[in-house]
Amino acid sequence: MSAARSWKRRLLAEIMLGALLIIGLPLLNALGILSDYYLNLFGKYLSLAILALGMDLIWGYTGILSLGQAIFFGLGAYSVGMHLMLESSGKGVYGEPIPDFMIWNRVFELPLFWKPYQHLFFAFLSSLLLPALVAAVIGFLTFRRRVGGTYFAILTQAIAYAVWLMFNRNELKLGGTNGLTDFKSIMGFSLSDPGTLRGLYLVTALCLVGSFLCCRWLVRSKMGLVLTAIRDQEQRLRFLGYPVATYKIFSFAVAGALAGLAGALYAPQVGIITPSQIGVLPSLEIVVWVATGGRGTLVGAIVGAVGINAARSVLTARYPEWWPIILGGLFVGVVIVFPEGVIGLPQQLGRWGRWMRVWLFERRGAGPGSVGGSQRGIETSKRPMLSEED
Amino acid sequence: MVRRIYVLLLCWLAIGASFAGRAAADSLEDSARALAIPETQRETLAHIRDLGDPAWKDALQALKEGALYSWKGQLLILDESGTFKDLGGNPLLDASGQPLMPEADLEQVPLEEANISLVQRALDVIALFDPNPKTRQAAIMKLANLADASVMGLLVRALERERNPVVQPMLVEAVARLRLSDPDPLLRAQAVKFFSETRSEAALVPLKALLEREEEAALKRAITQVIGEIERYLLFRNAVGYVFNGLSLASILLIMSLGLAITFGLMGIINMAHGEMLMLGSYTAYVIQEFFSSHLPAQQDYFFFVALPLSLLVVGGVGLVLERGLLRFLYARPLESLLVTWGIGMLLQQGVRLYFGDQTSVNAPTWFRGGWEIMAGLIFPYSRLFIIALSLLCLGVVYLLLYRSDTGLKIRAVMQNRDIAGCMGVSTPRIDAFTFALGTALAGLAGCALSLVGTVDPEVGKTYIVDSFMVVVLGGVGKVLGTILASLGIGVANKLLEPSISGTAAAVYAKVGILLLVIFFLQLRPTGLFPARERSTEAVGR
Repeated sequence: MSAARSWKRRLLAEIMLGALLIIGLPLLNALGILSDYYLNLFGKYLSLAILALGMDLIWGYTGILSLGQAIFFGLGAYSVGMHLMLESSGKGVYGEPIPDFMIWNRVFELPLFWKPYQHLFFAFLSSLLLPALVAAVIGFLTFRRRVGGTYFAILTQAIAYAVWLMFNRNELKLGGTNGLTDFKSIMGFSLSDPGTLRGLYLVTALCLVGSFLCCRWLVRSKMGLVLTAIRDQEQRLRFLGYPVATYKIFSFAVAGALAGLAGALYAPQVGIITPSQIGVLPSLEIVVWVATGGRGTLVGAIVGAVGINAARSVLTARYPEWWPIILGGLFVGVVIVFPEGVIGLPQQLGRWGRWMRVWLFERRGAGPGSVGGSQRGIETSKRPMLSEED
Repeated sequence: MVRRIYVLLLCWLAIGASFAGRAAADSLEDSARALAIPETQRETLAHIRDLGDPAWKDALQALKEGALYSWKGQLLILDESGTFKDLGGNPLLDASGQPLMPEADLEQVPLEEANISLVQRALDVIALFDPNPKTRQAAIMKLANLADASVMGLLVRALERERNPVVQPMLVEAVARLRLSDPDPLLRAQAVKFFSETRSEAALVPLKALLEREEEAALKRAITQVIGEIERYLLFRNAVGYVFNGLSLASILLIMSLGLAITFGLMGIINMAHGEMLMLGSYTAYVIQEFFSSHLPAQQDYFFFVALPLSLLVVGGVGLVLERGLLRFLYARPLESLLVTWGIGMLLQQGVRLYFGDQTSVNAPTWFRGGWEIMAGLIFPYSRLFIIALSLLCLGVVYLLLYRSDTGLKIRAVMQNRDIAGCMGVSTPRIDAFTFALGTALAGLAGCALSLVGTVDPEVGKTYIVDSFMVVVLGGVGKVLGTILASLGIGVANKLLEPSISGTAAAVYAKVGILLLVIFFLQLRPTGLFPARERSTEAVGR
């Protein structure tokens, strides 16, 4: 199979996947085959797929393992959530111009930092730029001092833990453990209307395809090569004079912005955002999506995110107590047995098949009186047995 | 033991004294009659209160509960079993010796609304002379807090009789607190002087109140001075308390992080399931305790001596299996090993939850209950002292093992340069496995020790794991001294930050503050307190 044909095939597959998401599913919905409930559920998965794309960009390509990606997701979701709260305030139980939860917490005036979120545009901008900014600051504080690898991973985990603790507090005026919920409308469209949710799905699918194209452009550009090089040989690149830290900060910030976008699309579709979605465990789950789908492939991130979340929806309804076991098993199994994930599965199975053939062949070859030249053809085998026999 | 006999003796003395009080039975009859008449009830109650006679306890209790009846000029108590007794506690019998149930002329003694508090006060006063020292303590506390000058005389009388070394100082203090509001300025001055010596926390509020209304200038100055003294003392005492709490946290962090830091230094991997190893240690203690309580209930207290070494062995074994079974395939890929260990942690956590349920607890052996009162009002619990001692012991053992033994020499050699060590004949896989098992075993030990002070639940590891990661980041790779200093720093800083922030969110913001400090520190020293001196450019972030 020539490289050009393989590339064409992949492009075709990607275009078909994109068309399925943007045109296919809404069409099925319009024909009445796919219910509104499932379309909305799919919208949620697609927004999470954007989050996984960002993770793949930093982990799969740049080699940065961030265990705090859910913070950025949360920042995006809370930004849009705050706007939606303000848009629906006045229609709540108390009829006050501020969100209901503030009244429970004896806050009777809109806090200053909430005020700009009255404008949707600001909220949307904040959902993209705030996570990017926070990511850049974290990156600036760590990468420039060459804190990377395992140190970076556990530092981001500690940050995720701290942020989760803080968001659970009522003093932050973000709803405490209950988070932000009871959104009524977005841009005047009621969120209980299936039409609005269909629109949101379409926006999410378009955003996902757009993000995917951006990421693919990025990783195929010269910059993408540098990022891959950072993953594979950071030292050498540094000696060659590349500003490694700057590249890392940039890709971390882009991943943060993607996570923020994912959150911004997630909050209106699901209708609630709570601190439980921004802690340590959600952050690690994102890594598992990417690992399961296949890291460093972009498509794998999408497949992993949608697949695992769909599986979760099915399994947590039936066997809630077994879900952590399955997830834990995925952590162990994917990394040890399928390091290339679902996307790499065909190649991996092919390799296993070859090993198996070699194994069987050798077994037969080791039988009486058949030591012959036919074994010479096997050079993919790493078994030292042949050379020893020679 | 000697102390117990002493206390017992005192109790007997107290009981003897109360029997002596019963001699005045005729006055009891008179008072009883007066008690039944609403007009004289208040007066009689005050009289009974001033007597402080335990013989009145049952009658007053019955009066309070509406179970006191008058019958033919005699007071009767209706007890819980439904029989009537006279005030001496003898059941009411008819001529043939059968329980008598009076029907006619039986009248409930009414308790006037205004007298309820008086009855309560009288009961409290009687409790002052109770044979049980615990009851006496409670009564003293209550009466001292009420600041009711009318019980003054009784307190003084109780003081004369009190011989219990725990109760007596409490009584002295209670008397002094009441004297603070005595009309006699001389007595007031005496009480103020008394508090300048004891520096009791409880005196702070009454002293401040006295300062408001005191008119004598000299006394006022003395009070201000005493208040200052007490406040300084409290500040000092609280600081000692916080530091002790910090040390206690630091010692747990130390046992946990020692294992983490050594494995990190040796193999470059962070064991995310380390918290779950701690949890397994706690559950080992729990299982052993259950075994003892069902099979050897007489030796219940000794379960801990079995649990401690067993948790070390069990969790060490789990670590060994993990290392040999999974982690050794991942040494070249530290980030992947992070994910795998996290997954293992999840599996263990949920497995334990499914098997044991959500929350259990271990009953600490009886000799760990209580504590050592190091200064007035500050008690160091024995269990926490034990944990600190245990962590010091672990530290000593780890130090000897690393720096004074053959194995330690090999471990350090592999840590410095794996390939060369291998070339010199060190079996690096065996060293890896041993070190990993040692690290997890230490976590198991920490878990077993922790079960003394906290609950045992599947998420117990989560509480400490982030902090111990920070210890590793701060302390540097595989450095014992760095780990000690970092766990001390983080443990003590955590507990010192908490009160300075105050409020319910203190623990949260203390954690955030610590994290900010660690990040700031990494700006100055990205490789920890004691960076490994090597020629590699990849000291961090392997």
